[in-house]
Amino acid sequence: MPGIKDATAVVGIGQTPFAKQLPESEKTLACRAILAALDDAGIAPSEVDGLASYTMEETDEVEVAKAVGLGDLTFFSKVGYGGGGSCATVAHLAAAVATGQATVGVAWRSRKRGSGPRPWKNTTVQLPTPAQWTRPFGLLRPADEIGMLARRYMHEYGATRDHLFNVALACRNRANQNPAAMMYERPLTREMYMTSRWISEPLCLFDNCLETDGALACVIVSAERARDCRQRPVYVHSAAQGLPAQHHGMVNYWNDDPLTGPAWTAARHLWKHADFTPDDVDVAQIYDAFTPLVPLSLEGYGFCGRGEGAAYTEGGALEIGGRLPLNTGGGGLSEAYVHGFNLINEGVKQLRGTSTAQVPGAATCLVTAGEGVPTSAILLRN
Amino acid sequence: MTEPLLTPVLDDDGAPFWGYAAQGELRIQACADCGELRFPPRPCCPHCRSFGSEWRRMSGLGRVWSYVVPHPPLLPAYAALAPYNAIVVELTEAPHIRLVGNLVTAPGAPLDSFPPDRIRIGARVRVVFGGEGLPQWVLDGRS
Repeated sequence: MPGIKDATAVVGIGQTPFAKQLPESEKTLACRAILAALDDAGIAPSEVDGLASYTMEETDEVEVAKAVGLGDLTFFSKVGYGGGGSCATVAHLAAAVATGQATVGVAWRSRKRGSGPRPWKNTTVQLPTPAQWTRPFGLLRPADEIGMLARRYMHEYGATRDHLFNVALACRNRANQNPAAMMYERPLTREMYMTSRWISEPLCLFDNCLETDGALACVIVSAERARDCRQRPVYVHSAAQGLPAQHHGMVNYWNDDPLTGPAWTAARHLWKHADFTPDDVDVAQIYDAFTPLVPLSLEGYGFCGRGEGAAYTEGGALEIGGRLPLNTGGGGLSEAYVHGFNLINEGVKQLRGTSTAQVPGAATCLVTAGEGVPTSAILLRN
Repeated sequence: MTEPLLTPVLDDDGAPFWGYAAQGELRIQACADCGELRFPPRPCCPHCRSFGSEWRRMSGLGRVWSYVVPHPPLLPAYAALAPYNAIVVELTEAPHIRLVGNLVTAPGAPLDSFPPDRIRIGARVRVVFGGEGLPQWVLDGRS
């Protein structure tokens, strides 16, 4: 059966600066990131015939295409569930290019979450969660919803705040190596973590991602075309979305086993179509809107067994030189929170050998999207 | 006085739950054919695909499955009560049915009435109904 394995490659990446507040509009930032990615690839905007983004993206295809002068579009797709859709934008374009629906695809995300409104403050818009069952009781924010799962996880498996700190620290240490990261010059200590203010107990300030203005994009073409591009190709080896049976969104309290989330479903498909296993992953970019998502994802994607994700973080496992270097640009916790798109571009940088925290000889990278919501993931290789 | 706490935004599937809650009853949707309970309510039974349903009265007993203690930034009405608790309760007769709520000291008591450091996972709780028609939870018996 012809699949998408290694049929397409990411050949261009682009990004704007990341900051708490950028003066330009989301539309302008989107255009800048897309043009930067195309320039990186050495492909003219007029050659683009495919687009993919998130349903939460405010700038639509019409606006993007006419502003940067794209060609005739024959494939455009938007993926739902917030940060759960990040890797699916690449996956949709990979499928479209592999099956001939498009030849040059661009995925992007532009967001002014740093200076713009917090989505949970809008009580008239129902986020994709069953709000009537949660919000009147003061379970208002994603941090509260994930905090509930985190508390149960800590109770069942003996996970501690030190485990969550291990995640926050690894991301911060990598950001301290990355001049583009919002936390580049801001080291984190255990003392700072343990004495920081609560957001939703058991989660403190440093368990939460940044609030960022910024945009990113990447360019996907066929493997054949990729050989002629300016950059070393980074192949999309496997891709999957995941919406488990009887899943309920971020408030997944109502299925039989709330601690096995969409990552488990995406992982089964991802590995089924891959030529390598979790043991062969050189570096991982795991969606980190909140620190507990990392141990949950480590379990879901098969790096360890059920309940072992917290212990997996011990002994510097997530640091450079550890058994699974994590979020090497700083992640959503310490580089920028742009719905996980910076994790995709950082995966590409690692496999080009150009990361600011390069894992020597990195040849395989897992990138994941938001866990706890219908999710997606890609395996990249060079 | 700040703005009021949020009230449930009803849909067709959820409205009966809130109607019964306003009468002081905790009822959960069950399939009229295969009898399986389901929550949140939905039009069709995921087990047998029947569209027939009924609302089964629960004992109102449960255990704390998990909890959080939110701190600001929050919506103003909730920030005024913070830190408060939000809990998930698993029902004694159907542990896979879990309801989000608040642990309070008495029916109608505010969200911040129960000391957060005294909440324990596994604690036995019992549903009560305050003035607003929302289910609330109090500690049950000796736990």
